[in-house]
Amino acid sequence: MKHLVAFCLTVFLSFTAWAVEPNEILDDPALEERAREISKLLRCVVCQNENIDSSNAPLARDLRLVVRERLEEGDSDEEVLAFVVQRYGEFVLLKPKVRSSTFVLWFGPAIVLLIGLTGLAIYYRNRRRAAAAVVPLSADEEKRLKELLGDD
Amino acid sequence: MTRIVYFLPILVFLGVGAYFAIGLTLEPSRLPSTLIDQPFPEMDLPPIEGFEEGLSRDNLKGQVSLVNIFGSWCVACLVEHPTLMTIAAREDVPLYGINWKDAPGAGAAWLKRHGNPYTRIGDDPDSRMAIDLGVTGAPETFVVDQQGRIRYKHVGPITDDVWQDLIAPIIERLRAS
Repeated sequence: MKHLVAFCLTVFLSFTAWAVEPNEILDDPALEERAREISKLLRCVVCQNENIDSSNAPLARDLRLVVRERLEEGDSDEEVLAFVVQRYGEFVLLKPKVRSSTFVLWFGPAIVLLIGLTGLAIYYRNRRRAAAAVVPLSADEEKRLKELLGDD
Repeated sequence: MTRIVYFLPILVFLGVGAYFAIGLTLEPSRLPSTLIDQPFPEMDLPPIEGFEEGLSRDNLKGQVSLVNIFGSWCVACLVEHPTLMTIAAREDVPLYGINWKDAPGAGAAWLKRHGNPYTRIGDDPDSRMAIDLGVTGAPETFVVDQQGRIRYKHVGPITDDVWQDLIAPIIERLRAS
């Protein structure tokens, strides 16, 4: 039983450990939790599609330490993020702020979807209209058709 | 009139295609520096092993200077090293070094083996200075003006071509202004 617990702990803890090394973790669990959340919002500038919480790059580690240091000095979450943005630019935010330069990034997909739906709506409306526009045969045409088909 | 509608998807595709084609030619590791035209951040770095003098912000004031981030672990630093030696030999512009993330003594040993182009060197083993400078990798080089403001940042090695076509003209321009 003891072994089983140890095994489970090893397996499941390893999933949450990511790249954060034990000696980086703060003594205050609340502060550490905030550090983890902030780290997940920050892009590793070395491996650019990873956040610094899961990146093994040495620079990501140093940034994690800086984040923790700022928190220990009493910075709010926003202040810590601003500290890093001031040095590396908005690019380090994995969730960039909504502004004119990031408008396309945020709303581009929705706009493209809207254009597609509009096109589809127009297409179906025209098709229905075309179907409705079929004029029934006149009496003369009806007669001629009968003649041609030889319907008796 | 309605014919145009049939060509619309091709036009849209060409537009999007051109947008992405331009995107592919960009180098994603070259982030625009937020520090251009800003004062050089507060700096007071200790010397590396075997050296007397460290590097502080006051050292940069008074003349146009270069600040180069290097490390003994950095392969590209070796690429630019001959060019840095030539720049240093000319004694025209001071070249300051920040030894980034090196084990104690490793930077000094590297300089002993390859030659030391730097006027002064500061030690930055835990990236504090590098983070203040928004450094993403080595080598990076900052051109600092007479007032101690960062005016240009070069990411990657300074080859002879980069020096002649890019850095040297910037230094000339800053001196003239």
